[in-house]
Amino acid sequence: MTASATATAEVFTVDESVLETASDQARAIRDSRPLRLITCGSVDDGKSTLIGRLLWDTKAVKEDQAATLHRDSGKQNDLGLPDFALLLDGLQAEREQGITIDVAYRYFATDRRSFIVADTPGHEQYTRNMATGASTADLAVLLIDARAGILEQTRRHATIASLMGIRQFVLAVNKIDLTNYDRAGFEQIVHDFKEFALTLGVKQITAIPMSALKGENVVYDGRANMPWYEGPTLIETLEKATTRSNQTVGFRLPVQRVSRPGESFRGYQGTVAGGSVKPGDSVVILPSGMVANVTKIVTFDLVRNAAVAGDAITLVLDRQVDVSRGDMIVAIDSQPMTGRGFDAQLVALQPEGIEPGKRYWLKSGSRRQRVSIEPVSQLDLKTSKWHSAEKLGMNGIGKVHLVFDEQAIFDTYEQNRTTGAFILIDPDTNNTVAGGMITGRRSEIGGIHKDDQRVLLSLPADLAEKIMATELFANRRQDVDVRHTSAGRAAEILADLDE
Amino acid sequence: MSDTRHEAEAKQNATSKPPLDPHLKALENEAIHIFREVAAEFERPVMLYSIGKDSSVLLHLARKAFYPGRVPFPLLHVNTGWKFAEMIAFRDKVVADYDLDLIEHINPRGAAENVTPFTHGSALYTDIMKTEALRHALDAGKFDAAFGGARRDEEASRAKERIYSFRTPDHRWDPRNQRPELWNIYNGMIRNGESVRAFPLSNWTEVDIWRYIQAEEIPIVPLYFAEKRSFVERDGMMILAEDPRLELLPGEVKQEGVIRFRTLGCFPLTGAIRSQATTLDDIIAELETATVSERQGRAIDRDQSGSMEKKKREGYF
Ligand SMILES: Nc1nc2c(ncn2[C@@H]2O[C@H](COP(=O)(O)OP(=O)(O)OP(=O)(O)O)[C@@H](O)[C@H]2O)c(=O)[nH]1
Ligand SMILES: [Mg+2]
Repeated sequence: MTASATATAEVFTVDESVLETASDQARAIRDSRPLRLITCGSVDDGKSTLIGRLLWDTKAVKEDQAATLHRDSGKQNDLGLPDFALLLDGLQAEREQGITIDVAYRYFATDRRSFIVADTPGHEQYTRNMATGASTADLAVLLIDARAGILEQTRRHATIASLMGIRQFVLAVNKIDLTNYDRAGFEQIVHDFKEFALTLGVKQITAIPMSALKGENVVYDGRANMPWYEGPTLIETLEKATTRSNQTVGFRLPVQRVSRPGESFRGYQGTVAGGSVKPGDSVVILPSGMVANVTKIVTFDLVRNAAVAGDAITLVLDRQVDVSRGDMIVAIDSQPMTGRGFDAQLVALQPEGIEPGKRYWLKSGSRRQRVSIEPVSQLDLKTSKWHSAEKLGMNGIGKVHLVFDEQAIFDTYEQNRTTGAFILIDPDTNNTVAGGMITGRRSEIGGIHKDDQRVLLSLPADLAEKIMATELFANRRQDVDVRHTSAGRAAEILADLDE
Repeated sequence: MSDTRHEAEAKQNATSKPPLDPHLKALENEAIHIFREVAAEFERPVMLYSIGKDSSVLLHLARKAFYPGRVPFPLLHVNTGWKFAEMIAFRDKVVADYDLDLIEHINPRGAAENVTPFTHGSALYTDIMKTEALRHALDAGKFDAAFGGARRDEEASRAKERIYSFRTPDHRWDPRNQRPELWNIYNGMIRNGESVRAFPLSNWTEVDIWRYIQAEEIPIVPLYFAEKRSFVERDGMMILAEDPRLELLPGEVKQEGVIRFRTLGCFPLTGAIRSQATTLDDIIAELETATVSERQGRAIDRDQSGSMEKKKREGYF
């Protein structure tokens, strides 16, 4: 027998409808997208403890989990408190060493909103795992040990977070209990960090003095010991934070697969990576440049009349065009950049670093292609200055040129977090060795390329005018030479070429 | 099937259901994206199908991902022979209704060496009938990618796992050395013999699963709903007493009560809870006030902290 989840018809009495309104409100609040945040900062600054405490104080820890926590905690502090970090540090090796190795994802909610938190490791050796967490976050909680102040690893994490597009920071000056709740020390750290943050272009910073272990200014305020602090608690700040804003460029659909269940159906499946689309829209398939119109947006539930960024859809076009995995279907009037040379910023994630001239695999969206990397400069975390560099070492943050064998398709990361992001894969190990963000297209790369080839067309003037009126043409106007002449003269020129 | 018929079907679906709330919609989109990516990048994917609620959601998402096409990979059910009878009946109906390819694998050692949860203890039994059986089935099918319904909120070591979780040729997971996984760009490059476990439900919580089942009207095994059933109490768990192979131990008596299951596995190792939740609304309401986690009812997870990680490293899902 199959139980089906069919909802039973609801009968409303007066009382129930009152209840209904209340739960409607709860639902409306829930409906907003969850905030994605990371904790980051140097080793042992209390990141895992903070998230553990947050889960604890928002009642996200169930009784059986609490019992396990008490059992596993032993006597790790004088306060008789459990070791909250154990709620996050779930790997055997992490428990043995008392450090975080890999990022842990946790889910919790308050009455106001839900959260996805990634607790990242502070240890420099595991920076790659911090970058993993940062790539999808809306907000970073950067921890600093109140006794130690800003360290190189603090700067590294802040820099990576900001490169990856995080604009909202909470500066959690932690272990304030160990400085006797020293206000001057807190203010000094905040001052130092704001100065550093200017170099990153980060402006939105909420600084909070905190004791993660004791739960002061986390969910409950710490006024008893810090009457001098009048700002928000961590949870208040998180509840008010905004999720990453929608991207503003035109329609983008990286094609994941072509669906051909039968003769009569051919659809292009993928997740909309920007903009929106509706039946009737004209689109261009890149890199081929062919043009088509959208006839249908197919999903399991219904044939839709529009799809927006984030939607996983199947697109049907009005004509037989050659489209395969890795192609991108884009708005005709707002196209991404195509070319063989791009500028990017990279974070090198593995011990081998990034070697100049080596050919890596680059994956962006569903497109994977060969690329070689020319490092240009590397960031010196001590001075915040870029120095020219020929190679990027482990955890190096660098500016590079990307040189492709074939056409590549990107937006800048600034404009589109999906079509502007990529990873590099080492073909020798198959490991992911870097995460990158596109900053722009390079207009020329040395040597003669297919880009340099030209086509001469001879058209009637009225047809040429129509073509020149299209957005596609207008967008590439700078690449085109146009001359008016007579039909006879045009024939002569073309005949010249044939010789 | 013709296009028009799909559309008619789809329209019918659409009229009976309000649109998904944005949170569930985002989770659904992410899962569909992962399904399509794996199906496109790997040569021989397979979907682990355990018949539970998470598997039901996973299957529903797979059908959505490839619509109007068929699900382009088989389902693999690693059977132990000790599943609830209602689960098997449900499985067979689902496979027929949705036109799916099912591979069932039972470790022959179970019958040959008479490996049962009663004789071998939960740890050894699980090792042979689940972990070893899964490895054998994956090797036999030469599968290079296996979808699983694991969620990060289930357990502390799961919370650490990537969406594409890399496995060595002997199916080992090295939690200290996972590949970085940035944005939603997944690295599917592997060598011969290596494989990836892919987890489209990584970011779902238990409540999300239930709310989605409700919103999408996904069929699930009736054992999830409270009903009067007979059970025995053993090791602090309420074990369903319907299967004739369950022998009562001295002092045990069959009792009757209104109970249900929060997770489903092998009936001798899965504890019921007392509950009056007969509808999805009830279940969701119950969950929102629950004081214990869903894993509580599972004997195999309770051995020690870190036991799940150990099993996972050895190839368990
Ligand atoms: N007194 C005091 N101790 C704290 C506080 N926060 C954390 N600790 C202690 O600092 C130690 C390190 O805490 P963790 O939470 O493991 O630090 P972490 O930043 O997650 O470390 P990694 O992830 O390895 O980088 C533990 O012993 C905590 O109990 C605090 O606010 N006050
Ligand atoms: Mg930690």
